[in-house]
Order: sequence, then C-alpha cells, then structure tokens
Amino acid sequence: MIEIDSITKVYGDETAVDAVSMTVQTGTITVIVGTSGSGKTTLLRMINRLEEPTSGEVRIKGQSTLAVKPHILRRRIGYAIQGHGLFPHHTVARNIGAVPELLNWSRDKTEARVDELLDLFSMEPAQFRDRYPGELSGGQQQRVGVARALASRPDLLLMDEPFGALDPIIRTRAQEDLRRIQRQLGSTIMLVTHDMEEAIRLGDRVAVMDAGKLVQHGTPAEIITQPATDFVADMVGDVERPLRLLSLIPLSDLVEDGTADGAPLSPADSLRDALSACLWTGRSAVPVVEDGAPLGRVTLDAIRARARAHT
Amino acid sequence: MILRPLLIALLLALVLRPEWFTPVFAPLAPEGGPVIYQRASLLSLSLSHLGLVAAASLAATVVAVTLAILVTRPAGAAFRPLSRTITNMGQTFPPVAVLALAVPALGFGAGPTLVALFLYGLLPIFENATTALSTLPPATMEAARGIGLSRWQRLVRVELPLALPVTLTGIRLSVVIALGTATIGSTVAARTLGEVIIAGLLTNNTAYVLQGGLIVGLFAVLIYDALVQIERRLAARIGA
Repeated sequence: MIEIDSITKVYGDETAVDAVSMTVQTGTITVIVGTSGSGKTTLLRMINRLEEPTSGEVRIKGQSTLAVKPHILRRRIGYAIQGHGLFPHHTVARNIGAVPELLNWSRDKTEARVDELLDLFSMEPAQFRDRYPGELSGGQQQRVGVARALASRPDLLLMDEPFGALDPIIRTRAQEDLRRIQRQLGSTIMLVTHDMEEAIRLGDRVAVMDAGKLVQHGTPAEIITQPATDFVADMVGDVERPLRLLSLIPLSDLVEDGTADGAPLSPADSLRDALSACLWTGRSAVPVVEDGAPLGRVTLDAIRARARAHT
Repeated sequence: MILRPLLIALLLALVLRPEWFTPVFAPLAPEGGPVIYQRASLLSLSLSHLGLVAAASLAATVVAVTLAILVTRPAGAAFRPLSRTITNMGQTFPPVAVLALAVPALGFGAGPTLVALFLYGLLPIFENATTALSTLPPATMEAARGIGLSRWQRLVRVELPLALPVTLTGIRLSVVIALGTATIGSTVAARTLGEVIIAGLLTNNTAYVLQGGLIVGLFAVLIYDALVQIERRLAARIGA
C-alpha cells in the first residue's frame, strides 16, 4: 500500500502540488490525469524523490520515503518515462539488468530475470539480448524501458507518460501489454497521462489533477458518471461519456440466451465494441462466442438500457 | 583505403631505412653535402618526439577532462567562465613565447616543450568535453537518476561513456597540433624531429628540412586517421 499524505510542492510563489493525499492499493493501476501544468508529473516525481516535497510525506508499506537516501529509495521503485531514456551505450540485457546490477544480484539471477522479462514482452531473448537500443524500433525501445523498470520486482512502478512518444496503433498495443503484464505480475503502478481515454482504459482508479489539487479520485465509472467538478466533466467530454462508460463493461455482464446473426464477439469485448458492431452492420443483436462455444447474445436494447442505468 | 598501408610503409621506411631515399633527396642537398640526417638515429628522435607529445597530451587530457567534469556539476557551474578563460589563454599564448619564458625556470631540454604542448592542448579538450557533458540526452539522464544511480555512478557509467566520442575529437585536435608544435621544442634542446628540420635550416640543406617535415607530417596524418577510426567505432556503438 502506498500512502500519500498531504504532499505539497512550492516553487517560489507557485504551488505546483497542493496538499494532495491519496492511498494506492497494492496490485492496482492508478492513473493520474490532468492538463499540462496541473502538477501531475511533480506529484509523481515526489514519490521517488526526484523532487523533494516542500511538506507532507509518502509512505510505502508504512515506511516513510524520507527514511532512506534518495538513490537507494529509487532502486525499490521502478521508473519509466516518455522517450524511454535507455542507455544507448549498453545492450538491451544490460539496460534491463541495470537495477539488479545496482542491487548486486548474481549474474545468473540477473540473466534469468532479463530473459524472463523479454519473454513477457514478446521479444525473443536470444534475438534481442545483445542488441543496442539504437537498433530497436520505437515500440521495442519503449518495452525495454518498461522491462528495465520492472526488473528488480519493485514495490511500485512509476510511469510518466510512458506511451506519449508512440504512434496510436503501437500505443494501444503497449497499453494492452501493460495491463496484461500488470495482472500477471500483480504490480502496483502509478501512471501519469494527459489522455483521459488512456486513464479509463488502464486505470483501476483514476485521479484527476487540476491546478495542483486532486479534484477527484475514484474508479473510471465514477469519474465518468459522477464527475466531481466541471473540470472533470470537461476532461471526460460530454459527447464521449456514454461511449466511455460502455467501454468499461464487458459483454459477459449482459449476455442473454438467444441467437443472433453475423460475426460473433468475445465475452471480454466491451459494450462499446458491440454497439459499434450493431451500428455498422445494422443488426439489433450480436452473438457472443467464447473459444468457439456460443454463450448467447447481447441486444442493442440491453446496451441502451445499460447506458441509461447510471442515473 | 589502400592509401593507409602505403603511408605506413613509407613512414617506416623513412624512419628505419633513411638511406634508401638518398637518390630522392640528393638533388635538394647542397653540393657535396650530406643528404641523409646522420647525427642521431631518426628512430630514437621519432620515439622521443612521440613520447613528448603523448606525455603532454595525456596530462592535458587529465587536467582538461577533470576541469570539464567539475564545471558541469551544479556546484562547479560558477567556475565555467573562469576555466574557459584559463584554457583560452593557454591557446592564445604562442608556444614559442612559452618556450622562451619556461627556459629560465626549467632549463633547456624537454621541460619547456612539455609545458608549451600541455598549455596549448588544454583548450580543445576542455571545450569538447564540456560541450559533450552538458548536451547529454535528457531522457537518459533523467532515467539514470530515476532508477537509482548515485552521482558517481551516473558520471562513470553514463556521462563519461556518452561524452567520450566528442571528447576524443578534442583530444585528436590537441594531439595533431602537438605533433607539429613539438618540432619547435628542438630550439631549446628537446629531442624531437624538429632537430632534423632546424639542422637543415641552419645549413641550408633542404633535404634535411624535407626529411624531418615529411616524417612529422606522416605521423600526424596517420595518428589523426587512427583516432578518427576509434571515434567512429565508439559513436556507432552509442547509436549516434
């Protein structure tokens, strides 16, 4: 558990982060979203003390981050940033093994961990281990950057706009990979973004920052259906609201008995996917099939009813 | 690049078997005078010349890189203009003047030449190392801090290796300047290839002048080329 206790950062007359408190549960993704200048990056950088808080403190597993030297603290906290920041003069293996090396892991243990992570990110270890970052594509560099941040099994992973430099298609894949790997490893992640779509897609909890203050902290559904302020509502967007809500709900919630024509969807697909399929092909229901076995169908009426159910 | 082995062979022949070139240089020597320099072995002069250049360049590298590291730390930033002024003075002061001033203090021989070459070599190394250390990729530096490298580890593992190619360019300039400048050291009795050239000038023997000049020139070209190769290799590894 990570506890952020009324942490504040003041630069001159400017309060970048104003008494923010929140608790992050172990094994969850918390996405901090806000416009530029909202203090979201400063908040993140105070957690691993790249910025020293003016007041307040952060506790990880009950221990104050002020109790250890900053560089020792940072070895326990993974850190991945926009533009990856890999060491261009080190191989992929040495980049990923950077923190284990600092923690004096044995060579065998580090090598095994590097290969395990490369596998996890669908990069063939034998093929990529000895390459240099300059020889990789943007998406691969970004994956190595995240692998490096995860290498020592840190208590917490901080990510500052990690997908900001990727093009939209690779970005979606990177988000799916992150979600899958986080579920698999049970990592605790705090991620900063300016993109509400990304926040809703990735976050178990979404924290919205505005002008240095934490204006709302809740589940994506709460952020969409009960925005605390006009600013949060603006960030979500009136027009997008129903679609964003539907994107959070899997088809398995609304499956009913019956049949439908046309291409089937999987129960893990969202209601937004089903709505889109209905509209595009002029159907009033879509069949739901799991691993080739029909489960039933989801009807347009049911989707419509569900979209209204928040009130 | 077949030129490189040819030049190396020519240089070796000039230094080790100068008598082979008697027919080439003979038309340039005065009537009945000596054609090939014999007062000292060209090999020992070359080694002494290279030794002086190496010692002065090494010292200049150590001092200039140390200064560059200091002025690129937050605590040392205030000393940057001062360091620049000092290394600039080293460059603007003509080596001949340094020799003249250093002889009374250090006596004749290698000492004054070492001082002159050292001072003259500081600036390019300092400027390049400072530029390299202050233009490192920001994302990499941020990540180095963020994953928990200490200051010292950042310097040794990240900053210096990444600054190496550009720093090496400065060292290369400095070495090549020193190779040429070292010849004037012979005016104050340092053992360098300048001895051959000066002997030629004093006795009106163009053959000597050409012989000494050719050897120094070939050393400069080949060492320059070797350092360029090393820089390329390093830069390629860094992915620049």
